[in-house]
Amino acid sequence: ARSQSALGRGLLELLSRDRLDDDAWDEIEDTLITADVGVAPARAMVEELRTKVKVLGSRGHDEVRALLREQLLIQVGADMDRTLHTTPHGERPAIVLVVGVNGTGKTTTTGKLARALVGDGRRVVLGAADTFRAAAADQLQTWGERVGAEVVRKDEGADPASVAFDAVSKGIEDKVDAVIIDTAGRLHTKTGLMDELGKVKRVIEKRATVDEVLLVLDATTGQNGMRQAQVFAEVVNITGIVLTKLDGTAKGGIVISVQRELGVPVKLVGLGEGPDDLAPFDAEAFVDAILGD
Amino acid sequence: MFETLSDRLTSVFSSLKSKGRLSDADIDATCREIRIALLEADVALPVVKEFVSHVKERARGAEVSQALNPAQQVVKIVNDELVRILGGETRRLRFAKTPPTVIMLAGLQGAGKTTLAGKLARWLREQGHAPLLVAADLQRPNAVQQLQVVGQRAQVAVHAPEPGNGVGDPVKVARESIDHARRQQHDIVIIDTAGRLGIDQELMRQAADIRDAVSPDEVLFVVDAMIGQDAVTTAQAFMDGVGFDGVVLTKLDGDARGGAALSVRHITGRPIMFASTGEKLEDFDAFHPDRMASRILDMGDILTLIEQA
Ligand SMILES: Nc1nc2c(ncn2[C@@H]2O[C@H](COP(=O)(O)OP(=O)(O)OP(=O)(O)O)[C@@H](O)[C@H]2O)c(=O)[nH]1
Ligand SMILES: Nc1nc2c(ncn2[C@@H]2O[C@H](COP(=O)(O)OP(=O)(O)OP(=O)(O)O)[C@@H](O)[C@H]2O)c(=O)[nH]1
Ligand SMILES: [Mg+2]
Ligand SMILES: [Mg+2]
Repeated sequence: ARSQSALGRGLLELLSRDRLDDDAWDEIEDTLITADVGVAPARAMVEELRTKVKVLGSRGHDEVRALLREQLLIQVGADMDRTLHTTPHGERPAIVLVVGVNGTGKTTTTGKLARALVGDGRRVVLGAADTFRAAAADQLQTWGERVGAEVVRKDEGADPASVAFDAVSKGIEDKVDAVIIDTAGRLHTKTGLMDELGKVKRVIEKRATVDEVLLVLDATTGQNGMRQAQVFAEVVNITGIVLTKLDGTAKGGIVISVQRELGVPVKLVGLGEGPDDLAPFDAEAFVDAILGD
Repeated sequence: MFETLSDRLTSVFSSLKSKGRLSDADIDATCREIRIALLEADVALPVVKEFVSHVKERARGAEVSQALNPAQQVVKIVNDELVRILGGETRRLRFAKTPPTVIMLAGLQGAGKTTLAGKLARWLREQGHAPLLVAADLQRPNAVQQLQVVGQRAQVAVHAPEPGNGVGDPVKVARESIDHARRQQHDIVIIDTAGRLGIDQELMRQAADIRDAVSPDEVLFVVDAMIGQDAVTTAQAFMDGVGFDGVVLTKLDGDARGGAALSVRHITGRPIMFASTGEKLEDFDAFHPDRMASRILDMGDILTLIEQA
């Protein structure tokens, strides 16, 4: 019971104690672990902070707070380039490929992203390259209608690469600004499905440059998120991460390691199921949520 | 980097091999490694703490000090405890005395509820039942159609009186499905509901209203095996919000260690009943606590280690 209430209290409050004893440091580590940062990274962060506090001598708790926050911001990469490349190349539309494991929010993110672009006055084509999951194309179609984007689809069971190719071709012919391709959820451990995804990308590249490959990660995901990111990065060279379902209680701390290891930034966050619940990643808000501020 | 618990414990064990007895410090070192392994397997922190302190207590007891190889004995305790907690009193689905038996599914967005509805329906149909799938997710785009396709694949009837996509009242659909099932001679009703967050009070209330409207024989909490530390908060929220009788762990066909199994079981006391292991309707199995324990701890290697020690 003690540990739970301590975890619920929030890091910054912990730090307002007069003196930081071992228990306090442990609780800081616990808070990071509870945010899915991972046990080794959490430990490393606390060690670094402890050293810093020692070197600087005993300072007031306001300073320690600031140090912790600052350190987390460095870990999160507050200065990473998070630009989303969706501007067309002359006559050619920008191409965005959306990938990830099952149920993370790919189709929803595709719809929301289209909404944002359309709202910005751009014309968007969506490609329903999930031809496997029951009613996946219908789901994307609904999103297309909702946000005002045309959807290119084929029958269930059709070759996803050919749908993607057709969508890109359609986008080029109609001179739209962006084509977003939604793909089927697939676990990174399924080599057949990962090969299929590689093929989707290669086939698109016969007609256009892929500007963004967005890996959609569910914020509730634990340490497995790292494996997902590694394998998807190997197969389709991801350029950005979308962290979804941040409107829940999960903090999504695994992305700290993912960003560091792969050098790929979180570009967008999902904050709900509605069309406008997509936002640029905000490092400070992310850190403050972990700190329980 | 040590990847697995067995890697970690190899280093602890090698220093213990020569000793006949475990000192408190040895036990602490072993337990520290076990703690890390559990956390890396995504077992929730409060659960890890309780679990490890319980193991520590047992490790200090007579069964270990009198064992031929105390270090192995500690690992055996960990395994036994995991299996015990994961297994508990495993039980089968409860069928109603007067049909239809009502099964309601609940869980976070994207956990695998709709897919599971199809899997359960297919499985029950093969056992000679006549299940009815009920489309009570009227929120998520084309959830109703998804269930219809799934029902077709499972060769079972689907009750979908409302189009969904924001149209229709899920509580009403669920309530009326029971009469419909009776009239159509269905002995089992499986109700698919919308995904919802633990902190979404309005939607949690709706889930409770569906529950009250159909008085389910089983409410099953569907949870993704890849979930991390949030498993505790979410399981507790669903427990408080709707309550559930059993747990289904999905996406176990991946390589997530699935520590959530331990967290959810420990926090809610509800048994894990089924494992969902793929996207196809036949990828479905009863839950095996011993397999899950060795998955969480990478026990395949551990057993070899114990033999070598
Ligand atoms: N609360 C919340 N729910 C979300 C968010 N993004 C998506 N969802 C919900 O999560 C569920 C899954 O979303 P989808 O977009 O279908 O996920 P997907 O990755 O396309 O799924 P598959 O194609 O089956 O792999 C749906 O119920 C969405 O409404 C988010 O940011 N917050
Ligand atoms: N690999 C794998 N995929 C699964 C499993 N169970 C479900 N899925 C996939 O996960 C995704 C989400 O499944 P759904 O059944 O739509 O999940 P849901 O809980 O109904 O989602 P919402 O209704 O949006 O809350 C789909 O792509 C499914 O095919 C499983 O055991 N293994
Ligand atoms: Mg999808
Ligand atoms: Mg569903």
